[in-house]
Amino acid sequence: MSSVVLITIISLSLLGVIAALILYFVASKFKVYEDPLIDEVEAALPAANCGGCGFAGCRNFAEALVKSDTFEGLSCPVGGNETMALVAKILGREAPEVEPRVAVVRCNGTPGHRKKTSRYDGELNCTIAHNLYRGETDCQYGCLGLGECVDACDFDAMYMDSKTELPVIIDDKCVACGACVRACPRDIIELRKRARKDRKIFVSCVNKDKGGPARKACAVACIGCGKCQEVCNFDAITIENNLAFIDSDKCKLCRKCEPVCPTGAILEINFPPRKSEQTKEAEKAEA
Amino acid sequence: MLKTFPKGGVHPPENKISSGVPIEAMPLPEQVIIPVNQHLGAPAEAVVEKGETVKAGQIIARSKGFVSANIHSSVSGKVLKVDKMPDASGYKQTSVVINVEGDEWLETVDRSKELKKNISLSGEEIIKKCAENGIVGMGGATFPSHVKLSIPQGKKCDVLIINGVECEPYLTSDHRLMIEKPEELLTGTSLLMKALGVNRAFIGIENNKKDAIDKLKGLASSYDGISIHALKVKYPQGAEKQLIKALINREVPSGGLPVDVGTVVHNAGTAFAVYEAVQKNKPLVERVVTVSGKGLDKTLNLLARIGTPVSKLIEYAGGLPESTAKVVNGGPMMGKALGSLEVPVTKGTSGIIIFRDEESRRKEKGPCIRCARCISVCPMGLEPYLLMTLTEKELYERAEKDRIMDCMECGSCSFTCPANRPLLDYIRLGKAYVGKIIRERKQK
Repeated sequence: MSSVVLITIISLSLLGVIAALILYFVASKFKVYEDPLIDEVEAALPAANCGGCGFAGCRNFAEALVKSDTFEGLSCPVGGNETMALVAKILGREAPEVEPRVAVVRCNGTPGHRKKTSRYDGELNCTIAHNLYRGETDCQYGCLGLGECVDACDFDAMYMDSKTELPVIIDDKCVACGACVRACPRDIIELRKRARKDRKIFVSCVNKDKGGPARKACAVACIGCGKCQEVCNFDAITIENNLAFIDSDKCKLCRKCEPVCPTGAILEINFPPRKSEQTKEAEKAEA
Repeated sequence: MLKTFPKGGVHPPENKISSGVPIEAMPLPEQVIIPVNQHLGAPAEAVVEKGETVKAGQIIARSKGFVSANIHSSVSGKVLKVDKMPDASGYKQTSVVINVEGDEWLETVDRSKELKKNISLSGEEIIKKCAENGIVGMGGATFPSHVKLSIPQGKKCDVLIINGVECEPYLTSDHRLMIEKPEELLTGTSLLMKALGVNRAFIGIENNKKDAIDKLKGLASSYDGISIHALKVKYPQGAEKQLIKALINREVPSGGLPVDVGTVVHNAGTAFAVYEAVQKNKPLVERVVTVSGKGLDKTLNLLARIGTPVSKLIEYAGGLPESTAKVVNGGPMMGKALGSLEVPVTKGTSGIIIFRDEESRRKEKGPCIRCARCISVCPMGLEPYLLMTLTEKELYERAEKDRIMDCMECGSCSFTCPANRPLLDYIRLGKAYVGKIIRERKQK
C-alpha cells in the first residue's frame, strides 16, 4: 500500500521537474524584452484609450513615448501638462508646456436662423446624410444636427440641444481629444486654444458660399465681408473662400471684431457684458 | 423558359404607368442650368463667359482628361452666369446658366427626321464623334461612352450587349424609345458594333415590354449580327454584370470590368444618342425623362433639354399634387430623393417619380432577426446584414475582405428586409470609407 503512494509521489515530482525544465528553457529561448518603463508610463497615463493622442490606446502611446527621444508631437490631451510632466519625470526628460485646447462648434444655424427647405427621413447618421445630400436647409456646409459628434465623445462632454438642434460642448468636461472633430463629416468642430475663464471669440460659421447665397440660407452666416479682418490689430483673422477664420493662437480676445460683424457670425462667449456708450460717458465724466 | 440571372433578385411592383404614353417634346423653359459635371470622371471646364450668346449644340464646357465628357448648350440664348448652382444632391457645383432666346441650332447639327442608316465612318471616327458630342451612359451611371468603346490593350471584346431591360419600376423612357425610334436604335447599335470591332450584338429586353420586343425583332433581321432576347422580369437585371450573366452566361470577376469577359454593355438610350451624335452630328443635349407617380393626373415621357429645372417638368405634368411627400430623381429602387425642385435635368436623369406619403415613408426599423433574406436576394452573393454590422462597428478591413466594394447598391436587401433595416445606407457608408482606404493604399 505504502509503495503505491511512494511511486505516485516520485513519478509526479519527476513529471513536475521535467515540465519545469522545459518551461525554463522555452521561456529563456523565446524571451521578449519589454522596457519596464512602458508599464510605468502607461500607469501614469489616464487610461481613457480615447485616441486623442493619435495612437490606438494608452499602451501604444506609452510605447511611443518611451521609444522617442523628444516629446515632439506627443501629447496627451486628456491628462494635459500634469500627466506629461509625470511622464517626463519617469523618463528623465523635460516636457514642453502644451497650451490646453477645447473643442468649439462652428455653426449657429438654429431653426430660427436657418430655414428648413426639405425633410430628411433617412438613417439618423451625419455621414450618411452628408453623403446623400446637402441637408434639410439650404446651407451645404452647416451642422446636420444628427449628433454623430455626441456619439463619438467618450467624456460626456457633448449633448444635443433640442431647441437649437445643434451640439453643445461642456467646456469643463472637454479634454480636446478630437474624437468629435474626426466624427464630423463637415469639419465644423475645431480645437481652439483654451483661454482664461473659458473665454472664446470665434467665427461660428463654415459657409464658403458668396455673401448673397450664404445669407439667404442662414441669417447668421459669415459673408466674408472682411470687416473683422480690418479691425484686428493682431493679424489673427484670415479670409478664405468667403469665410473668415480667427486663429486662436494669435487672437488676444480684444473683442474688437465682434461688434463690426454685420451678420452676427462672430460669437463672444463667457465675457462680462459690454459697457454701453452711456455708461462709458458717465465713467468719463466721473473721472 | 426565359433567360435571367441565377443569383438573387427581387420583384418590386412594376408600376409602369406611363408605358403607353408617347414621347412628347417638352416646351423650352425660360432658363436652363447646365452643370459642367454630369458624368463620372473629371468635371469639364467651362469655355463660355457671362454675356456670351450661344446656340443650341454649341460646346460650353470642354472635357478635361480622358475620363471626362464635353458639355454642350441645350438651348440658344445668352449666358447669364457661370456660377456654383445646386445639383440633384443639393451640393453646389459649377454650372452654366443660360437665358433662353429663340431656338437656334448650330448649322452643323442635322435636325431632320430622316433616317440615316448608311454607316460611312470608321470605328475610330465613331469613337471620336462620341467623345466630341459628349455621349455618356444614359442608364444613370453616366460613364463617358468613348472610354467604354476604347478597348484597353491586351483585352478583347467579341460581343456587344445593349441594355433595354429598364428593370426599375415606373421608368419607361427606354421602353418608349425602343418603340418609337427602333430603326435609329438599331443603327446606333450597328455603329457601336463597328466602333468595338465586334460582329455580334445582343439586345436584352425584359418580357414586360412585349411590344418593344416584337417591334425590334421584326426590324432586327435587316441588321447584321443583332439579335433580340426577351428576359424574365427580375430586378436588378439592368445591372451590367447581371445582364451579361443572363444573356451570354459569363461571370465578370470581382473587381473586374465586362471587358474582362469579352463584352461591353451600353444602354438602349445610349445607342440612340450615339446614332444622333454620329449620323446627325447632334450632341447630347436632350433626353427622354419619365415623369410619373400615382398621385399625378397624367404621367409623361418627356423629351427634355438638359438643364431644364425639374420644377418645370412637374409643372408641365399638371403641377405637384397636394399629396406629394417625396420627389425622386431616377427610379424608386436606386434613385435619390430631391431636396429641392430647382435642380436641373442632367444626362443621367431617367425619370422624376412623385410619391405620396404612404408610399414614401420609411417604416420603423427593428433588430435583425437573422432570417438571411438579404443574403438570398443579393445578386452579387454578398451578406448585406454582415456588411452593415461591420460598417457600424467600423471594421472596414474585414468589410473589404467580405467584398463590400462588389456591392452595386441595387437596394434589394433593404427592399426585402422584414425588419426594415437600413442595410444599403450603411453599406454605402462602408463603401465610402473602404474606398478611401483603398485609394490611400494605392497612393503609398
